[in-house]
Amino acid sequence: MTPQLFVFLVIAAIAVIAAVAMLLSRNTVYSALYLIVNFLAIAAIYLSLGAPFVALAQVTVYAGAIMVLFLFVIMMLGAEKLKEQEPLKWQRPLAIFLSLALVGEAVYALTSHIGQDFLTQPPTDTLADPKAIGALLFNQYSLPFEITSIILLVAAVGAVVLTRAGKKEEEKS
Amino acid sequence: MIPLVYYLGLAVILFALGILGVLLRKNALVVFMSLELMFNAANLVFIAFSNFYQILDGQTLVIFVMTTAAAEVAVGLALMVTIFRHRGSIDVDQTKDLKG
Amino acid sequence: MKFDSIFDLVPLVVFLPLLGLLINLLFGQKLGEKFTGITASLATGLTFVVSTLLAFGLNATPNPEPIKLFDWISLGSFNASWSFRVDTLSVEMMLVVSGVGTLIHVYSIGYMHSDVRHNGDPARYRRFFLFMNLFIAAMMILVCADNFLMMFVGWEGVGLCSYLLIGFWFEKGKDGIGNAEAAKKAFITNRIGDFGLLIAMFLIYWNFGSLDFGTVFAAAPTVAATHPTAMLLITLFMLLGVTGKSAQLPLSVWLPDAMAGPTPVSALIHAATMVTAGVYLMARSSAFYALVPTAQTAVMWVGAVTALFAATVAVAQNDIKKVLAYSTISQLGFMVAAVGMGATVAGMFHLVTHAFFKALLFLAAGSVIQGVERGLHHLKSDVEIDPQDMRNMGGLRKQMPLTFWVYLIGGLTLAGLAPLSGFFSKDEILVASSQGHSAVFVVLLIAAFFTAFYIGRQILMVFFGEPRSAAAAKATESPRVITVPLLILAALSVLGGLFNFPGWLVMDHWLARTLGEGEPLAFLWSVAEISFALALFGIGFSWLVYGRKSLPKDQPDPIQKGLGPVYNGMSHKWWVDEFYGLIILTPYKAIARFFAKPVDLGVIDGAGNSLAAATKSLGTWLRRFQNGYVRSYALWMLIGLVAILTYLVLR
Repeated sequence: MTPQLFVFLVIAAIAVIAAVAMLLSRNTVYSALYLIVNFLAIAAIYLSLGAPFVALAQVTVYAGAIMVLFLFVIMMLGAEKLKEQEPLKWQRPLAIFLSLALVGEAVYALTSHIGQDFLTQPPTDTLADPKAIGALLFNQYSLPFEITSIILLVAAVGAVVLTRAGKKEEEKS
Repeated sequence: MIPLVYYLGLAVILFALGILGVLLRKNALVVFMSLELMFNAANLVFIAFSNFYQILDGQTLVIFVMTTAAAEVAVGLALMVTIFRHRGSIDVDQTKDLKG
Repeated sequence: MKFDSIFDLVPLVVFLPLLGLLINLLFGQKLGEKFTGITASLATGLTFVVSTLLAFGLNATPNPEPIKLFDWISLGSFNASWSFRVDTLSVEMMLVVSGVGTLIHVYSIGYMHSDVRHNGDPARYRRFFLFMNLFIAAMMILVCADNFLMMFVGWEGVGLCSYLLIGFWFEKGKDGIGNAEAAKKAFITNRIGDFGLLIAMFLIYWNFGSLDFGTVFAAAPTVAATHPTAMLLITLFMLLGVTGKSAQLPLSVWLPDAMAGPTPVSALIHAATMVTAGVYLMARSSAFYALVPTAQTAVMWVGAVTALFAATVAVAQNDIKKVLAYSTISQLGFMVAAVGMGATVAGMFHLVTHAFFKALLFLAAGSVIQGVERGLHHLKSDVEIDPQDMRNMGGLRKQMPLTFWVYLIGGLTLAGLAPLSGFFSKDEILVASSQGHSAVFVVLLIAAFFTAFYIGRQILMVFFGEPRSAAAAKATESPRVITVPLLILAALSVLGGLFNFPGWLVMDHWLARTLGEGEPLAFLWSVAEISFALALFGIGFSWLVYGRKSLPKDQPDPIQKGLGPVYNGMSHKWWVDEFYGLIILTPYKAIARFFAKPVDLGVIDGAGNSLAAATKSLGTWLRRFQNGYVRSYALWMLIGLVAILTYLVLR
């Protein structure tokens, strides 16, 4: 048990437990917060895998922006406690079974094909620094980059339009 | 260092948990959050392989995924708000008007 | 068309009637009845003129080349062209058809004028002449053809015109569809014969490689030596075609029903021309029949049995036209038997004389019928009687003297009394059968006796004695447009014997140029005496039964007591129609019903319907998946994902 492995296991445990907690929590705000914990854990893993920029982006964008947006909406809509009767009774057991099957099969496939011999590398200083990522982004991936900016524009406009239209109807009625 | 499969296994577990969340919770917001969880699992795979092969393309892709996820969340939440305004509830099971 | 020789006129025999048809089609309704009738008769008359010109041309050059109009079909090795054959056999037929045809057209001008008014639809006058001209055109194609395919076109064409003309009054008849049913029956029965002819044609092409008369008949002996079975089959299938077209047993059932058509139609088509097409075919193919003795025996017996059968039925019929119809079948039997025996010239001679006297008899019968109808019209009472039923006639020789005399001439010719033409032609056939085919000779003699008896009976019932109905008492003679053709035909019936008078044997020599020199039949005094005596006996016997005292009306036929059940059989035509109905029609209808209801509706429609029903139920089942719950959709995606993953893992 090397220290790296130990650290990894701890962080992984945190991530999984936070995810499970997010699922099971009845309070929506708690779910959001558990998800933030999950994101932070994953950011830590990114760091250990030698992706500092991505890790920070994760914290800033995901945990910082997206989850905050979620929390705003949760506050706006009221974190109601919904009645938990299932209209489709067999959905729950089937979903659980299938997810377990998914995990089992995926793990089996991974271990049989990849095996434990393939090891990840320790993080280096120069491999994934922002300069290198920026070079890649603006040279090879410049088109997706520009398109992504358009996507963001569209999303912003769309969000405004959607909520505005609703408002107009409300004003009419 | 750490075998690659451990990271992949973690990603698979997180993905499965995300799926469970989508399928089992009725609160639309929790469904969305589970969706984000699934995105993250995929990102983890990308980063793991990026490290394994020592190239940066995986990380670049993760950046794109993040931005797109952000855009999607924005629009999705706007939708959620509109639906809430119409129905007064964010129960996913209430939106069954397209029943065949 | 170049005109270097007289024979190039031959396409006109087809195109002149078609031209008449076209003119009547376009202008007939506008220009009136007289114009229509005259155009049609003129077209046929000009055809006769052309035929005579061709006959004179043949005197100079006995065997001209066929005149080719154009290539019709050219498929690989199969070639058929539209070419006309001018030889003595075809010109003889042309003369008969166009000559008798012209007389009948002229007669029809007057006859149809009354007929359309009696039946209530004057607008149909034009239609009659259109069909008649079409018939003449088709018949000409039949007789002038140089290959079997073109002949078949004419064959089918005359069948079609027969159908159209039998069903001329298509909405009348028994139950309103009787005439249409008769026309259908004629067409379908003919079709069975046509099927036989088609098979024969296929076999000919298969074995000879061509359908041209010249090629085929020249190669006949070679093929007969190498493929005797093929030759036998060809001749037998051709016989089937002949039984259909010439109304021999077993396909004779359509001719009596065909009397539903107007009388000129019965005269032209069902006495003089169309029904003789079968005899013509066999005369044309005599090269084949000469090589297959088995087929010859078959043909001979078919003809002989038909002759006797029809003659017995004619004895007990009460409709004036039905007697003549069965008489036609019987005389056709004579002709077919003659050709079967190898006495082709005798058969063709009888064809010509029969055309004269049978057309005469039919046209005169038409005159009688119209006379009775005129009497009926005079009475202006509401009594409905059948103007064609002989039991309503009687004593007409006083009212319609001219018709009586021509009918008498025709009747005696049919009976075979010397020196009328019928005697000579029938005698030749009897002579041919007496030399080597004694059984057939006896059968034909019996048939000849019955022939004389029934025609004597008919003449006595119609013209002698007292009128049995008020309409008959008031009957009047027909106008000249009707009686003049009758007189011409009567003259031909009397003088027709000269066409092949023993010793001169004009027709023998004429036809020999086409059919090859055969041994002409000698005139046997013994046979002549027997046949003359039989004719006298027949007529005398009929006078004994019917002539001594006038037959009162509503009394049963005098011979009914004598013959009892035999009379029943004869008057019911030996139940042939009922027999066919039982063994062919009833099973056929049962099969058809079986295929219609369970098979067509059940299986085929069911297959289609069940496909639709299956699709519908599949759709209904699939619909349940669209329950509107987004989560269940997501679940299905997961199920798919896991399934694919499982497949990939297990592979």
